[in-house]
Amino acid sequence: MASLAHAGQRHQGGDETQVRPGRDETPLLLMKGISKRFDGVVALDQVDFDLRAGEVHVLMGENGAGKSTLVKVLAGAHIPDSGTIYLEGREHRFSHPQEALQAGIAVVYQELNLVPGLSVAENLFLGREPLHPALGFINNRQLLRSAAEILDSLGVSIPLKRPVAELSVAEQQMVEIAKAYAQNARVLVLDEPTSALGEAETQRLFALIARLKARGTGIIYISHRLEELAAIGDRVTVLRDGRRVGTFSVKDVSLDHLIHLMVGRQVSEQFPARSAKHGVGDVVFSAEGVSRPPKVHDVSLYVRAGEIVGLAGLVGAGRTELARVLFGRDGMVAGRMFIDGRPVAPRSPYEAIRAGIGFLTEDRKGQGLALGMTVRENATAASLDKFIRRGVISRRKERAETSRLVDELRIRTPSVEQVVRHLSGGNQQKVVLAKWLLTDARLLIFDEPTRGIDVGARAEIYQLMRRLASEGVGILMISSDLREILGMSDRVYVMRQGRIVGEMDAAGATLERLLSLAMGGAA
Amino acid sequence: MAIPAEKQRSSAVEYVRGGWRNALPLIRRNGAVAALLLMVIALSIVSPNFLTWNNLVNLVRQVSIYAIVAVGMTFVIITAGIDLSVGAVMSITSLAMAGLAVHYGWNGVAALLVGLLFGAFIGLLNGLLCTKVGLPPFIATLGTMSVARGLGYVYTNGAPIYGLPADFRWFGNGMLGPIPVPVLLMLLVVIAGQFMLMHTRFGRYCFAIGGNEEAATLSGVRVDRYKTVAYVLTGVLSALAGAIMAARLNAAAPTAGDGYELDIIAAAVIGGVSLMGGQGSVLGSLVGALIMGVVRNGLNLLVVSSNWQRVVIGGIIIFAVTMDVYGKRRRG
Repeated sequence: MASLAHAGQRHQGGDETQVRPGRDETPLLLMKGISKRFDGVVALDQVDFDLRAGEVHVLMGENGAGKSTLVKVLAGAHIPDSGTIYLEGREHRFSHPQEALQAGIAVVYQELNLVPGLSVAENLFLGREPLHPALGFINNRQLLRSAAEILDSLGVSIPLKRPVAELSVAEQQMVEIAKAYAQNARVLVLDEPTSALGEAETQRLFALIARLKARGTGIIYISHRLEELAAIGDRVTVLRDGRRVGTFSVKDVSLDHLIHLMVGRQVSEQFPARSAKHGVGDVVFSAEGVSRPPKVHDVSLYVRAGEIVGLAGLVGAGRTELARVLFGRDGMVAGRMFIDGRPVAPRSPYEAIRAGIGFLTEDRKGQGLALGMTVRENATAASLDKFIRRGVISRRKERAETSRLVDELRIRTPSVEQVVRHLSGGNQQKVVLAKWLLTDARLLIFDEPTRGIDVGARAEIYQLMRRLASEGVGILMISSDLREILGMSDRVYVMRQGRIVGEMDAAGATLERLLSLAMGGAA
Repeated sequence: MAIPAEKQRSSAVEYVRGGWRNALPLIRRNGAVAALLLMVIALSIVSPNFLTWNNLVNLVRQVSIYAIVAVGMTFVIITAGIDLSVGAVMSITSLAMAGLAVHYGWNGVAALLVGLLFGAFIGLLNGLLCTKVGLPPFIATLGTMSVARGLGYVYTNGAPIYGLPADFRWFGNGMLGPIPVPVLLMLLVVIAGQFMLMHTRFGRYCFAIGGNEEAATLSGVRVDRYKTVAYVLTGVLSALAGAIMAARLNAAAPTAGDGYELDIIAAAVIGGVSLMGGQGSVLGSLVGALIMGVVRNGLNLLVVSSNWQRVVIGGIIIFAVTMDVYGKRRRG
């Protein structure tokens, strides 16, 4: 138990009701001293975790705390650098998801893994179809009978012959859970299962979970919703920065304390100071009652010239979806928008750009850049009109303007003709920034501007954002990194389940308040 | 053979700077050019008839038909699309032009213009099916291919239209000084196409769309519009090639241009246009068309049966696409 003692020392205060597995009973699952690094970045650091038969153990933590990595290690999708996994006392090393599944560990991810064109029954037994003993083809009668037994015993009523594609998300999820049960999974991991469900569906899911518990299945439940914790959780483990900071019995712990643990001490990071005389001007952009169900509901917000407005929230809160609506990529179902007081209603990014809006997407490689094209071609992509005279693109002008921005933004590239695939993440992000600087936008929406970017380049991006603001651009910054929100924003909106649930000045914002609002606790 | 566009552009400069030591990499990078040169040299040695004026003029005339369509195809494939209808469009437009000229006595130029418009219309249909309706280009153009081919048979009952007027035949057989008219048209189309691809908004946006369609959309590129333009261009050029083909043969036939789409796509791919989109050049496609033409011509001169010719051409296509896929994988 050396590693446990070690961990306990390091995370003082997290062990009040610490359960010491392996002493009085053998837990169903025991993960000991799990560590995992990605390219030198610590994702999991000596994490211990255990699960008993017939309990729901909730895993909590901020975005990036290590929850997904831990689950992926358990599921055999990641191989840990160190640490051991015991299932019913026996040591296991999973090098492939199939091995974990065979050992009895099933994971239901947010993106469901069913074959849409096959029926419910066929999906339940995919890859393990009962065969006709003599003839070798699939015994459909047997298949349907077995499928019916499984769904009956779980109290789930879904037509067995219906193609999965025709089911609701909630029903698909139940099929996936039933499939895990059919595979005799003893450990079931549910990754944010209620994020796409309504109230009634959630209750049905909870009933299903209760039946699985009664049958002795151990359930690891990842959720951001505090109110669910009390409803179905037996124990809760909090992760922070890849470490376990505490495991508690749900009935013994307060929500405030959990939030406090998730946030931890403030990590000092180099955010550029706001200049003292930094003036904020008129409103450059405002939105009123913008909706696009099911992800965006009745959002009203404004951004002033020279202001950096943070948009905080958990992954899946609808922030990116909102940005796509504001940028005209997805249609606005209801609401109004104004630039400099003039009404605008962009129906496409083409119109949004001409109205003065720019959007730096979260997914640089997938949506921000054409990786096979050069720095110059990417930089001028959104403002090509400026470089065209009588129908011909002036490469000289393109080169001149791009070179100017390469110097100004300190983009490290051998030349403006370099293909952006070969640049580092930080420099790629600066190329995206250069693209939008050339559009003379009034409002720039940054979606996770520093995700996947090293510390040095981060600081530079922060400085550039500040400078842009000081030049009178309005900035709306989406970030899941609450420290970034606090360090950069003049004002913060918090989004949850598609709605703005809070607004505060930089002065009034604390990590605890932000996290609490984002997770649905009391502010 | 699938050379990244950025390397293609710089290789000539490097060659000048680095002297003979860079000659080998240059040839390796411009594999298609090297292959073409090797084939020409080999055929000159093996067949005494290859390097004759008549044979070369005949070869280039034949190539011009492929090359003109390949220019349009280059734009379409660079947007990550494909146009299977080109062979059928060549045929149906040539029938329309021949019909106007022979049955209604139109003069050649007027018939040609209407034919080009007809080609543009089918291209527009292709473009709208791919963008507004949202069909995969393969399916949409497979459909229009069949429709166009079928209408050709319906219109003619399967019989060719003979006896085109002289002013129309001029587009296939005429000479301007020492240069055959189709070759001149090909050169004009290639030069204009290369210029459009490299120096205009349309060309740049084609690369952007094929390179990353979502990034292009989010950069304010009206993706649907430019994709459609690429199909319209291909339709017009197919009609032009159809006119040359009919003019050369002095007949328009519902069977004409059958299977040309595959040779034209192969020409573009051999010339370095990536089927995944985002890469390629018009000049490369010209080289690809020349390779296809030289291979066919060489096989004819060597009296290889047309059955075996199909086998050889198929092998070349597989080889070229393999290089494309392999090159992509290595670049990650």
